[in-house]
Amino acid sequence: MAHIELNNDLPGIRGLMAYRPETEAPLNFLAEILLRDDNNTLSRGERELIGAYVSYLNDCFFCQNVHGAMAGHYLGCNVDEIDRIKQDFQTAELDDKMKALLSIAASVQKGGKNVTSEQIENARENGATDVEIHDTVLIAAAFCMFNRYVDGLATWAPADRQFYINRAPQRAVEGYQSSVYK
Amino acid sequence: MPHIDLPEEYPGIRSLFVYQPETAAPLCHLAQVLLHDPHPTLTAGERELIASYVSNLNTCKFCTATHSAIAKHQLGSDLSLVKHVLADPETAPISDKLRALLKIAAKVQTGGKNVLSEDIETARSEGATDIEIHDTVLIAAAFCMYNRYVDGLATWQPDNEAFYDKMGEQRAREGYKPSSINFTLTEELKKS
Repeated sequence: MAHIELNNDLPGIRGLMAYRPETEAPLNFLAEILLRDDNNTLSRGERELIGAYVSYLNDCFFCQNVHGAMAGHYLGCNVDEIDRIKQDFQTAELDDKMKALLSIAASVQKGGKNVTSEQIENARENGATDVEIHDTVLIAAAFCMFNRYVDGLATWAPADRQFYINRAPQRAVEGYQSSVYK
Repeated sequence: MPHIDLPEEYPGIRSLFVYQPETAAPLCHLAQVLLHDPHPTLTAGERELIASYVSNLNTCKFCTATHSAIAKHQLGSDLSLVKHVLADPETAPISDKLRALLKIAAKVQTGGKNVLSEDIETARSEGATDIEIHDTVLIAAAFCMYNRYVDGLATWQPDNEAFYDKMGEQRAREGYKPSSINFTLTEELKKS
């Protein structure tokens, strides 16, 4: 049961967004630009994977399943493959640029000062641009917010992982700015 | 030196806002709603204290100095009160309700699951409402984002108390709407 009375039965962040529309607007606007806007050299699948991985590191069940399912939808992977990437991305079938960016995301999750110049250099050597590094840091930082928001108020989450997989294609079409009431 | 090619005349999160206006818009909007817009019960000063306290726990110099200065200007120009809250909320001269909310914020900073029912019960017994608890959790969570963004890209964070104080006075008055975030102060900083 959530720590506060949300007056709705929506799961995870959707219950919080319906409760407080004033903060819902900028939060969904941020998610839309970071994860779904197509004016970006990182694919939607790559950006969702960063969100899912950071949510896994923060042990947030709702967010890692929502965004793991979104990443799987865009990248054409099943949930087992996404789980394997989250558990050990270094040995997964990902390009070296993506591995370098996931390594930066993991450092951000621990704290901003953990990102080293060597990690940035490694990402650059593997073809990452400044904007891609910027977006990786901000996506990782944003999920350190979303995850704390969802777990800090003890929201409920469907236990059946298929629920998230089934919803992903619809969310991909509709985007995040319609995510509250549908 | 910043990890990426940021406009070098702007410090902290401002350099990131200038670098990427697309993400600056929702980030400023969120700060405006959480910290500055009228709230049913929490004052702007109380909300800035939560932001400053969490930024200090995350050891983010720019955000701590900025939001401490804003809190000071929201709370009768009393910087010693702000410093006392950051150092030890248990003994600071603040309400027991705010003390309980700061305790929740500190739990959020270490991870969402660390907020316990007992922490919520304590806040309620001191008079905290659901929306105050909600906003405390989201302010604390949001600063776990802003702090990581500012430090994760190694932005320039000057040691210049007068700069933060002047920016804090302006931000306390004008809020965070992108149109009000002009950069004349950073131009002055560059000259100094």
